Amino acid sequence: MNNTINFSKSTSFNLPKRGQSEFRFQIIGIGAILLSLAFLIWLIITVIFGSMGAFKHVEIAIQVDLTSKNVNADDVNSTSFGSIMKSGLREQFPDVKKRKDKKKLYKLISVESSLELKEKVLDNKDLLGQKVKIWVSASDDVSLYVRGKIDASLPEDQRKITDKEISWINNLGANGQIRTKVNWGFFKNGDSREPEIAGILAALVGSTLSLLVCFILSFPIGVSAAIFLEQFAPRNRLSDIIEVNINNLAAVPSIVFGLLGLSIFLGYFDLPRSSPLVGGMVLSLMTLPTIIIASRASLQAVPPSIKEAALALGATPVQAVFHHVFPVALPGMMTGTIVGMARALGDTAPLLMIGMVAFIVDIPKSILEPATALPVQVFLWADSPERAFNEKTSAAIIVLLIFLIVMNLSAVLLRRKLEQRF
Amino acid sequence: MFTRSIYFLLPLLFFGTSSLARDQINIVGSSTVFPFSTAVAERFGKSTDFKTPVVESTGSGGGMKLFCAGTGASTPDVTNASRRIKKSEADKCAKNGVTPVEAKIGFDGIVIANSRSAPNLELTLKQIFLALAKNIPDANENIIPNPFLNWSEIDPSLPDVRIEVLGPPPTSGTRDAFAELALEGGCKEFDFIKTMKKTDKAAYKALCHTVREDGAYIEAGENDNLIVQKLEANPSALGVFGYSFLEQNSDLVQGSLVNGVEPEFEEIASGNYPIARSLYFYVKKEHIGVIPGIPEFMSEFTKEDTWGEDGYLVDKGLIPLDEASRSQWSEKINNFEPLEMN
Repeated sequence: MNNTINFSKSTSFNLPKRGQSEFRFQIIGIGAILLSLAFLIWLIITVIFGSMGAFKHVEIAIQVDLTSKNVNADDVNSTSFGSIMKSGLREQFPDVKKRKDKKKLYKLISVESSLELKEKVLDNKDLLGQKVKIWVSASDDVSLYVRGKIDASLPEDQRKITDKEISWINNLGANGQIRTKVNWGFFKNGDSREPEIAGILAALVGSTLSLLVCFILSFPIGVSAAIFLEQFAPRNRLSDIIEVNINNLAAVPSIVFGLLGLSIFLGYFDLPRSSPLVGGMVLSLMTLPTIIIASRASLQAVPPSIKEAALALGATPVQAVFHHVFPVALPGMMTGTIVGMARALGDTAPLLMIGMVAFIVDIPKSILEPATALPVQVFLWADSPERAFNEKTSAAIIVLLIFLIVMNLSAVLLRRKLEQRF
Repeated sequence: MFTRSIYFLLPLLFFGTSSLARDQINIVGSSTVFPFSTAVAERFGKSTDFKTPVVESTGSGGGMKLFCAGTGASTPDVTNASRRIKKSEADKCAKNGVTPVEAKIGFDGIVIANSRSAPNLELTLKQIFLALAKNIPDANENIIPNPFLNWSEIDPSLPDVRIEVLGPPPTSGTRDAFAELALEGGCKEFDFIKTMKKTDKAAYKALCHTVREDGAYIEAGENDNLIVQKLEANPSALGVFGYSFLEQNSDLVQGSLVNGVEPEFEEIASGNYPIARSLYFYVKKEHIGVIPGIPEFMSEFTKEDTWGEDGYLVDKGLIPLDEASRSQWSEKINNFEPLEMN
């Protein structure tokens, strides 16, 4: 082939071949983007469809007798609300006589319903002394059936709900005693072993507290380290070693930081196990290298003329860096921090070691109380045998994704606000 | 700008008033006992004035390690186990000044299930061993690498499909129990292997407990829900998981009969179903009276409403002890009788 270009003949520019390779590259590029988009859309659609049920709450109305026969108005706490509920159910279905059937009948409503009734009575003392219709949570299996998630056409031994239970549910439904409403409890409750009342709030608060601790620790430390290394530290063998080590740390598997946290924060400093304080500290160890690397890169990207001009006008190096270089580099540092924090938000491995992979019902009120995190909640629910937890898992994933989007969005807005253009 | 934001964030460091001393029970241990332990913890938290205990799922071995590490608020009060405490662990506990109180709470059946769209299988322990052990004896009592590819090669009555079993990885207690009860159970049906137990215990254990690694046994992770989903997609595969997952997914999967016994609640409870193990928890005696609520938690666990035949743990998939053992264990537990190894 002739490699010299003959400018008098346009064919020797090899235009068709170059055009083809251009075209091929574009096709491959578009293909790659389309493929990843397709996977993303698939993921989001499956998660959204899977989670629908978790946002619906099925309730059953039961006629309960709150007259003085059952409740002592002066001492509501000592009342057995469970047996009031049960007798209400028995009155509705008087032909249920066998002990085993009665047990099945009681299982139509959630085991938590007696607590719900108690709360309603304590909220509204006017209910006392009368027979009223009270709405309480249905059990998880009833809820699945009402929402059409259990196939009643299967043989009886292949489904979780018997023919008898179905006839009771249909009876209640025909009387208008079953309703479906938005499941606000999912956002207000902590975890539970009963799918119908399990909620995400404890994990959400736990994640927020851990990330707050992580941010408060890792942002100032990471940014100061980056500024010192980039602007003040002498370039010698020692600073090279430090740089290599920081880059290596960014690639260390996260479980290693968990082990570090276990031996130092829990073992040596004796901080409380499972607490967001320790969680945040471990996560900040994990995000520090990312923040330092990103911050150094954004400091490097600041035109040297800015610093030089400041120095020329008589500013000290510290003044030059903090008044002129740092504000320009700040948006880039924020981006690095958010990238690191987003990784920290989704990680469970370091939390396993310090006891945050745990079943926690009470919503943490401080950074010292036991807490869990959003990805841990996803993991625990995905591992539960009860069918109704499947949809909870998807719903928890959605909450996690929204948390992430809000975090990224606020970073983008903050960056817009702080960004300086020349 | 930066300094101002720091001043703004500083007060956040000081919210929270609780002290470092622990006022809730800390439970660690087996992921198999986790669903039961959490259910009791939740009920205990809601029905008493004590805080809800924190339950961590660390695995039986990991839980024992934390539990036996010593006494004091930084160590857990209770550990769950899907097997009995080992001699070595009990020694370590004793060395660190920990007196465990043993509590047996019930049974868990391990089922071998397949998709509803395939025929229900009838297996024996011997067939399970021949299908899944790494090495097996041939007709002349020589140990050879497992040659079987299809179930029908083991026994003509079994279907002519490839051996494909999804099960838990070696880190899981379920896998240990499966190897011990199912594989060893089938293994010792060969008389010459049974005599080997007395002569060469190490070789016996290696032969009877080693699972094949040529792709017939597929490690499917610790998540039993995942195994159920994979079985649904692949009707020729079998899966190994806990009984409670079979119960919850009875529309999708069916349990194979083992030695002619169906994996059903009554059969496991009566001890007829051969692959069932006992579940335990251990309480640190030194912490009773130090961490509030431990005796109350123990009595909540041993109430008839909790672990009895109609208790709420049964709804969660626990196979209860029989009535006599329940009253015997309940007495032991509530009197804080220290563990006796024999």
